[in-house]
Amino acid sequence: MLDGLDGPALAALALSLRVAAIATALVALAGIPAGYLLARRRFFGRELIDALVTLPLVLPPTVVGYYLILLLGRNGLLGAPLYRWTGWSVMFTWQAAVVASFVVALPFMIKTSRAAIEAVDRTLLDASCTLGHSELWTALRVTLPLARRGIFAGAVLSFARAMGEFGATLMLAGNIPGRTSTMPLEIYSAVAGGEWGHAHILVLLFTGISALALYGANRLTRSSP
Amino acid sequence: MRTAPGILFALITLLARLAVGPTAAAAAEPLVVSAAMSLKSAFEEIGSLSASAAGVSRPAFNFGASGDLLAQIRGGAPADAFAAAAAKDMDILDAEGSLLPGTRFDFAANEIVLIVPAATVIGVSSFEELAKPVVARIAMVNPKTGPAGRYAEEVFASAGTTDLVQPKLIYAENVRQVLDYVARGEVDAGIVYATDAMTRPRDVTVVAAAPAGSHKPVVYPIAVIKSSAHPEAAKAFLAVVRSDAGQAILARYGFTPAPAAR
Repeated sequence: MLDGLDGPALAALALSLRVAAIATALVALAGIPAGYLLARRRFFGRELIDALVTLPLVLPPTVVGYYLILLLGRNGLLGAPLYRWTGWSVMFTWQAAVVASFVVALPFMIKTSRAAIEAVDRTLLDASCTLGHSELWTALRVTLPLARRGIFAGAVLSFARAMGEFGATLMLAGNIPGRTSTMPLEIYSAVAGGEWGHAHILVLLFTGISALALYGANRLTRSSP
Repeated sequence: MRTAPGILFALITLLARLAVGPTAAAAAEPLVVSAAMSLKSAFEEIGSLSASAAGVSRPAFNFGASGDLLAQIRGGAPADAFAAAAAKDMDILDAEGSLLPGTRFDFAANEIVLIVPAATVIGVSSFEELAKPVVARIAMVNPKTGPAGRYAEEVFASAGTTDLVQPKLIYAENVRQVLDYVARGEVDAGIVYATDAMTRPRDVTVVAAAPAGSHKPVVYPIAVIKSSAHPEAAKAFLAVVRSDAGQAILARYGFTPAPAAR
C-alpha cells in the first residue's frame, strides 16, 4: 500500500496543503473583520449580509463553481477585464483552487468569529471604552484576544474545509496533474482510473489530517480549565 | 410536544411513498443506453425514432466518456446497451464475457479535428503548430477516461510534438467539455471529433483534420450487455441504429459509415 505514496500522490498532498494554507490565511484576513462587524455593529441589512456570506455553506459546490466561472472565466464579469489588462486568466491555475477554497471556507470563519465575538462579555468592552481606548484598540487588545479560542477553531475548520474542496475546484481549476490536482481531485481520478492503491494512501492521509483538524478545533472551543 | 412525533411520522411515510412509487413501474422501465458523449445529439434523435417506430418507450441515455461508462458497467451499472468511441473499451467487456454474444457491430466512424475559438487572435493551422510558444493552452479529453484523449495523444506522437505540448495540456472530462472550453475561449485550441465541432459552428472554427494514419481509426462499436433485463428491447434499439433511418441521422450529424469489417 505504501507504494501508492508515489510522485503524483506527494504532489497532490503538497498542492492541497499549499492551497489550503493560503486560502485559510486569506479567509482569516477577510473573515475575522467581517465576523467582528457582524457581531459588534448594528446596521441595516445585517442579517441579509450574514445570509449572503453563509450561502456557499448551503449551496452545492457545483453551484458555487458555476457562479465562479461566470465571474472569473476568461469571458466572465471580472475575468474579461482581467484578461484584457494582464493577458492572464485564473481558470486552470492553482490560484483558482485557492479562490474556490476561499469561497467555500469563508462562511465557517465568519460564523465562528461572529459567535465567538458575540460571546465576549460586553462589560469588559464597555470598560475599555470608558477608559478612553478607541474601538480599534479595544478590538485588537481586548475583543479578539478574548474571542481567540473560537476564532482559532474557525480557522481550523476553514482549513479542513479548504483541504476538502472538490466540486468548485474541479470546475474552476480543472483537474491537471501536478498543477491543480489537489488531493480530493487526485482521489477522484485514481478511483475513476481504477488505481486503488494510489487512492487508498491518499484517503488515509486525508482522513488523518481532517480528524486531526477536527480534534484540534474541539480542544480549542472547549472553555479554558 | 405531542405534535412532533406526528410530524415525524408523516414525514417518514411521505418519504417511504416517494421511494416505493417509482419501483412499482419497474416493468415498464425504459431501456438504459450508455453511449459515448460524441453520440449525444445523434442518439437523442435516434431514441425518439425508435420510440415512435418500434413502439418501445424512449431509451434513457447515459452519455459520458467511454472509459467512465466502461468503469460504470464493470461496476455493475444497469446498462442494457453500450456504444463506445473506440474498440478498446468494448474489447475489455468482450474479453470479460459481459456482452450478449452476436449483438456487437460497428455502426459509425468519425474524424479527429483541431478547433480554435471563433474569436481567436492566435494563428494556428495544423497540429504541428500547437508546439509554437504562442499557443498557451490546449484542451483535450483525459486519455485515461476517453478515447478522444488517446486519439489526440496518438496524433501528437505521430507529429513528434508530445514533449513540447505536454505542459500546455488541459484535460477535460469528455469531448463536449473540450468543445465548451474552446467555445468560451478558456483555451487557445482543442482536439475533438469532427461531429462535435459541427454542433457549435458559430463558436468554434475547425482549422485542421488529423493527418491520415496519425491515429487509430475512430470506429464506434455498439453491443447489448449480457446482464440486461430487456435484451429484446435492446436488440430492437440496435436494429434502429443499424437501419437506413438510423444511419441517415448519424450521417446528418457528420458521422461516416463504419468500415465494413465485422
